[in-house]
Amino acid sequence: MSLAYKPSRREVVIGAGVLTIAFSLAGLLPPVVAQTGLPGSLGKTPALDAWLRIDAGGGVTVFTGKVELGQGIATALAQIAADELDVDMARIDMITGDTALTPDEGYTFGSLSIQQSGMAIRFAAAHARQILIARAARRLGATPDSLRVEDGLVFAGKESVSYWQLAEEGLFERDAGGGAAPKPADERRYAGRPIQRRDIPSRVFGQQSFLQDIRLPGMLHGRIVRPPGSGAVLAAIDEDRISAMPGVKNIVRDGSFLGVIARGEFQAIQAAEALAGVARWSNQARSSSSQELPELLTSLPARSSVIAEKDRGARLVAAKKISARYTRPFQAHASLAPSAAIAQFDGNQLTVWSHCQGVFPLRKALAQALRMDTENIRVIHAPAAGCYGQNGADDAALDAALLARAAGGRPVRLQWMRGDEFRWEPFGSAMVIDISGAVTGDGRLADWQCAVKGFTHSSRPGDGAGNLIAARHMANPITPPPARNIPRPTGGLDRNAVPPYQSDRLKVMKHFIAEGPLRTGALRSLGSYANVFAIESFMDELAALAGIDPVAFRLKHLGDTRGRAVIEEAASRADWGSPMTAGHGRGIGYSRYKNLGGYLAVVAQVAVDADSGEIRVMRAVAAADCGEIINPDGTRNQIEGGIVQSTSWTLMEEVSFDSGGATLSDWLSYPILTFDQVPLVDVHLMCQGPKRTTKKPLGAGELAQGPMAAAIGNALYDAVGVRLRDLPLTPEKVRAALQEKGEG
Amino acid sequence: MRIKLKVNEEVREADVSPDTPLLYVLRDDLGLFGPKFGCGLGQCGACMVHVDGRAVRSCITPVEAVAGSAIVTLEGLGGPENAHPLQQAFIDHQALQCGYCTNGMIMTAAAFLSENPDPSEGEIRGALSANLCRCGSHTRIIRAVKAASQKQNERGAK
Repeated sequence: MSLAYKPSRREVVIGAGVLTIAFSLAGLLPPVVAQTGLPGSLGKTPALDAWLRIDAGGGVTVFTGKVELGQGIATALAQIAADELDVDMARIDMITGDTALTPDEGYTFGSLSIQQSGMAIRFAAAHARQILIARAARRLGATPDSLRVEDGLVFAGKESVSYWQLAEEGLFERDAGGGAAPKPADERRYAGRPIQRRDIPSRVFGQQSFLQDIRLPGMLHGRIVRPPGSGAVLAAIDEDRISAMPGVKNIVRDGSFLGVIARGEFQAIQAAEALAGVARWSNQARSSSSQELPELLTSLPARSSVIAEKDRGARLVAAKKISARYTRPFQAHASLAPSAAIAQFDGNQLTVWSHCQGVFPLRKALAQALRMDTENIRVIHAPAAGCYGQNGADDAALDAALLARAAGGRPVRLQWMRGDEFRWEPFGSAMVIDISGAVTGDGRLADWQCAVKGFTHSSRPGDGAGNLIAARHMANPITPPPARNIPRPTGGLDRNAVPPYQSDRLKVMKHFIAEGPLRTGALRSLGSYANVFAIESFMDELAALAGIDPVAFRLKHLGDTRGRAVIEEAASRADWGSPMTAGHGRGIGYSRYKNLGGYLAVVAQVAVDADSGEIRVMRAVAAADCGEIINPDGTRNQIEGGIVQSTSWTLMEEVSFDSGGATLSDWLSYPILTFDQVPLVDVHLMCQGPKRTTKKPLGAGELAQGPMAAAIGNALYDAVGVRLRDLPLTPEKVRAALQEKGEG
Repeated sequence: MRIKLKVNEEVREADVSPDTPLLYVLRDDLGLFGPKFGCGLGQCGACMVHVDGRAVRSCITPVEAVAGSAIVTLEGLGGPENAHPLQQAFIDHQALQCGYCTNGMIMTAAAFLSENPDPSEGEIRGALSANLCRCGSHTRIIRAVKAASQKQNERGAK
């Protein structure tokens, strides 16, 4: 089953004509460089033929362990490969995450795909070209540097030989390493240009595009019935009534895992609803009162550690001090499509189609849960709705596999219902961040003391099958692995907890809670969202204390020139400092993602309705430095989307829960931002155009989440003089704060 | 029971229970992939189709209710060789990320533009306010709808 792109012979550049590739290699042949440490994922998978193959029929197949999540990675990687190989991009066929075909690149996460897969493919393709050129030189009786390449045709004068003629079995059976250096930036024809994404037409014309669209011969439909609460145990079911329903093939029960397989999809849905009605569960009591944050968080025991500390021996005598507590609720990925998977088990071999973020880690977890050998499992990625981190994809894969084992060799297509996703996805962790700080009389940041407390931001399948829901419910269950925090420097709970600003004295603590009321996992940007909200809100509070403009206060304490540049650019583009009408305000937020990735500053402009308390974000102006950018329009799209999504998180999103788990059921219980509330967004990318410099790619996908949250909070303060520190910034909280301010 | 449907100007037949939501008949019995399952509750708009020219949520529409009607899906709106102006505008503006909501956006906007061929930005926002997008592609979608309306009007003026 392939959902591969069927290329036209021409790729379209947005706002430009069609590219032609024809240039001489004379003088351009890269020097052979001795390499220590291979770039990107080549380090783990050095074999050239793991990354690409020249097809005798005139194409090039490129393999990546990364997967398409709607971020456009397949297009960007094809751009890179086409450049280095000197072929028309339409010749490139991309094969993404498939345990039978592609390298193991772990997960598609952390804004790392260009750095890991992109750089591997760039160096592998450059090496492959060098091999092909050397072979062509021998065939044509010419020296390599006298040759030129036009779309895979290698010319010596008028004589030519094509890659497709040169290709033969075993040509790339060697490790990358002694190979060629990639082209300099100004010789790339695709990378750095806004090429249209190759997967968009199929989505716009309603062609087969998604995992949900895969139809296999004999395919059955499955639905699952989850326990009514996280601790409930399946006691009994009256199977006969359900088995007699039209279309029903099997009821699958394994401990407290319960599902049904039917011929038709609607039949499966009806059977699952009936099954839920007749299933009897024990231990299903749940306390009805919703638990309050942050009291719950502060009361739970935690493992504490110092993650940053410095003391220049400054005297704080003359300093003005403040402290504040910032909080974030549990939040949902809320993918537009509930999770789905297709599985087929022939008695020996299991094949699973999944929209997971990592096919290899999922395979490992499936093997553990199903007590199978990994060699007998193949996991193939297929796109679904955007996930923004770990949604229910991996869980659904195990569900589908459990159903498929009972389907007599026929494939089973499982799709969760809306409520399954909202109640059972691994949520973004609630957090509490306490900061105290001091500024001296001349406005210098003298002290910064911070403590961040929360749950895990990573419960992925690669850590153990017990991270999957069904593995916990099976008759022979698998215990969840111990909760872990992603270690520094990237961090999980503590991602971006260390401020980028210079302070005479600094201490940052992390309090990691191992067990909480909800299963939590990676939600886009992890702890960075709340940590940056807290740091950047507090910077504004300190600036006000010092009587200094918030932008000037940041620049005064930020040494990183690239960070300073995005702040200055965003402020300038947003007319920072120009007067605004009453009830309107402007605020800024900044961070360097993970303190080692891309830079982004954003200015939010809001209008606050004092009567309703509603914050309307009118406009967001961002400047981002992502280092090298392969596809500027794709990067812009990611950042625009991040800004809008963060606006939604920040203004309205909060998971309600009780002792039995989340109490969400649908979009009414978890509203997200709609068209009438979406700001205008303007994203400026630094270092682009003809003057762009050769900088390493730093990633883009998650840069906006934290800065946008803080920009909105700071704009609220600028507009009406109230400071909210408890996310989300709802109308009720704004009204209450305005009332309190009026009474004060 | 066998039900006859007129879908994308063809008469099609499906053997389903009459209360089956139209969405499953279109996707599973008729092999159409335009309309998507997003919520099954009529809340997100991913399943939108046209029934006699109106935008209708197929996930909450029983198939028997539309047996005599003209149903159009995203596939019927246009294809690579005869793209609807909205489809072309979504490509030109790269107005999506994952693309799961795209069907609903285009089908809702197409029905809306036939009623209001020259909408303001505010009217476009209003028309799409009951369609959810989680990737945050809203601003591009608004631009694409505006561009498509202009293209349609230019054609109409000629």
